[in-house]
Amino acid sequence: MIFLNNLISGIGLGSIYAIIALGYTMVYGIAKMLNFAHGDVIMVGAYIAFCSLQYWGLPPVVAILLAMVVCTVMGVLIEGLAYRPLRQAASLAVLITAIGMSYLLQNLALLIWGANTKSFPRTFLNSSTIPLLGGRLSIPSATLFTIVANVVIMIALTLFTSRTKMGKAMRCVSEDRGAAELMGINVNRTISLTFAIGSGLAAIAGVLLCSSYPNLTPTTGSMPGIKAFTAAVFGGIGSIPGAMVGGVLLGVIEIFGKAYISTELGDAIVFAVLIIVLLLKPTGLLGKPMREKV
Amino acid sequence: MKKMFVMFLALILAMSCVGAFADEEPITITVAHIGPTSPGPAADASQYGQATLHGAEIAVEEINAAGGKYRIELIHEDDQHDTEKVVNAYNTALDNGAQIILGTTTSKPCEVAADLGYEERVFFLTPSASAPAVIEGRDNIFQICFDDYSQGRVSAEYIAEHKLGTKIAVIYNNSDVYSTGIRDSFIAEAANRGLEIVAESTFTTTVDFSVQVSEAQNAGADVVFLPMYYDAAAPILITADSKDYHPIFFGVDGMDGILTVEGFDTSLAEGVMLLTPFVATSEDEKVVSFVQKYEAAYGTTPIQFAADAYDGIYTIIAAAEEAGITADMDTEEVCEAMIAAMQKITVEGLTGTMTWDETGAVGKEPMAAVIENGVYVFND
Repeated sequence: MIFLNNLISGIGLGSIYAIIALGYTMVYGIAKMLNFAHGDVIMVGAYIAFCSLQYWGLPPVVAILLAMVVCTVMGVLIEGLAYRPLRQAASLAVLITAIGMSYLLQNLALLIWGANTKSFPRTFLNSSTIPLLGGRLSIPSATLFTIVANVVIMIALTLFTSRTKMGKAMRCVSEDRGAAELMGINVNRTISLTFAIGSGLAAIAGVLLCSSYPNLTPTTGSMPGIKAFTAAVFGGIGSIPGAMVGGVLLGVIEIFGKAYISTELGDAIVFAVLIIVLLLKPTGLLGKPMREKV
Repeated sequence: MKKMFVMFLALILAMSCVGAFADEEPITITVAHIGPTSPGPAADASQYGQATLHGAEIAVEEINAAGGKYRIELIHEDDQHDTEKVVNAYNTALDNGAQIILGTTTSKPCEVAADLGYEERVFFLTPSASAPAVIEGRDNIFQICFDDYSQGRVSAEYIAEHKLGTKIAVIYNNSDVYSTGIRDSFIAEAANRGLEIVAESTFTTTVDFSVQVSEAQNAGADVVFLPMYYDAAAPILITADSKDYHPIFFGVDGMDGILTVEGFDTSLAEGVMLLTPFVATSEDEKVVSFVQKYEAAYGTTPIQFAADAYDGIYTIIAAAEEAGITADMDTEEVCEAMIAAMQKITVEGLTGTMTWDETGAVGKEPMAAVIENGVYVFND
C-alpha cells in the first residue's frame, strides 16, 4: 500500500515535470535552443494565477486563462526581444542570454511580489482527495487533473504538429531552417508561435505545479525547471512523447529514491540518472539517433 | 503564590532602598541600545530594531519613574543591520558615554560588535541575537533569548514534560544550519527524556513533502517536530491534511509567521504548537500592562523582540545592583563587575524567570504557544 501511494505521488510529480518538459522539448526541437527561462515563465504564470485568485477574486478557470494569456504574450516578447536578434549568433550566446533572462524574470518577480513565500490557494484543482480501495489508497485531485491535462496536451500537440499547416511549418523549420525559408515558410513567425505555445503551456504547468506543491516564491520555477529539462533529455529532447515518458519516469524515480534510498539524496539521484542516460544513450530514451554529416 | 511573594519582597526591597537613599541622588548609568531602526543596504530589519528600542524605552520609563537606586539614561544608535555600520554605531555609543550596551538586536552585526567589546572590555546584553556564534568564545556578552540550537533541547524538554506524545517524527532541512542545529540538540535531549524518534526525514527544497509526511504517518508518530522556518512548514501542513494525518505539529521560533503566509488556509495551522517566550495576547498581568503601555505609546502590538528588550533593561538593573555599579566606573570596570553579577542574579521577566551561566546563555522555563482560532495562546 505504501508502495502504491509512493507510486501515485511519483506519477503526480512526474506529470508536472512532463508538462514543463513539453515546453523545453518543443522550443528545442523547433528553435534548436535551450530556453532556460522556461522555468521562470512557469513561476510568472503561477503568480498571475495567484493574484487573480487571492487579490482579484476571479474564478479559477478565468485565473488559468488569464495566466495563459499573460505568459503567451510574455513568451513572444522574450523571444522577439532577447532571442531573435541572436538568431545567427553562436548557440552559446543564446544559451547565456536564456540564463540571463531567467535571472531577469526571477528578480522582476522579487521586485513585484517580494521574497515572502505565498501559499497557492485552494481551488477545484486541489480541494479534495479521492479515496481508493476503501480508503487505504488516496489520490489527490490535483494529481488526477495533472495527468489528464498532460495526456490531453500531448495528444493535442501531436495532432497539431502532424495535421495542421502551422504544425507542419514547425516541423519543417525543425528539419532544416534554411530550406524551410526557401519554401516560403516564415521562420521567425513559426518560432514565435512555438514560444507562444510553450509559454501558454508553462502557465498551465505553473498552476498545476502550485496546486500540488503550494509554495510560491520567485525561485519556485527554477528547480522544477531544471528537473523537467533533465526529464526532456532523459526522454529524448525534441520528442513530444519522450518528454512525457521522461517526465513521469523521473518523478517516479525521484519519489522512490527519496522513499527507499534516502530523502537527502533525492535530488542527487535525479541528476545521477541524467548522467547515466547521457552516457549510455546520448539521445535519450525516445530520441532519434543523429548522424553528423561530414 | 510564588509570584505574590516575590512581588512582596521586591516591594520591601524598594521601600528599604527609598529609605536608605532618600537623601542621595540616584545613580545614573548610561545604556546604549544598538539595533537597526532604518532599512540597511542589504536587508530591512528595522521592525526588529524598532521593537527592541521601544521595549527598552518602556522599561527605562518605568524604572526612572519608580525612582530606585538607579536611573537609566538610554541612548540609541542605528546599525541598519549592517556589519560595517555597527562598528560606527558602537564607537559613537561609547563616545557618548555609554557604560553598557543593550544589543545588538540582530545576530550578524552583534558578532562584530561583541568582538570589539570583547577586546575593549565592554559589557553587552543582547535581547534578541540568537545565533550561537554570538556568545561563543566571548565572556562579555549575555543573551535574553534562547540561542537557536538550545531551542531543540528545550522543545524536547517541553514535549516530554507536557506529555504531548512519545512517538516523535522529525522533519528538517539538512541544507540549513539553523534547522540541523536545532534538530541535533533535539535528538540529543529526546534520548534523555525517553522520547522515541520513530521517523526522521530531511529536505533541501520546499517543493514536494509527500514522502516525508508519509514516513511520519506510517511510523505512527503522534508529534511531528518541525525545526524550520514557516515557509517550509506551510506545505507540510497542507500535505499532512491531504493525507488526513493530524498529529501535533511542534515548531520553534521560525514557525512564527505561519499565520501571515498569503493564500495559506490558516485553519490548517489550528493546534500547531510553537516554542515562544512571549505572546501579546497572554493574560499574565505583567504582559497585559506592558502591551497596554506599548500600544498606547507606539500604536502597534509588541512582538517578542520588544519583550526581550524590556527584560533586558530590568536585567541590567538587577545585575547593576548586584555588582554595585556607580556612575564614575569606566566601561572596563563595569564589564568585569557585570560579568560576575550576571551569573548570580535571577530575573523574573515577561519572557520567563531567567538565570545565566558563564557562557552567556540564558536558562529559563520553555513556554509553548498553541494556535487557536488564528491566534497564539498559552496553554497554561
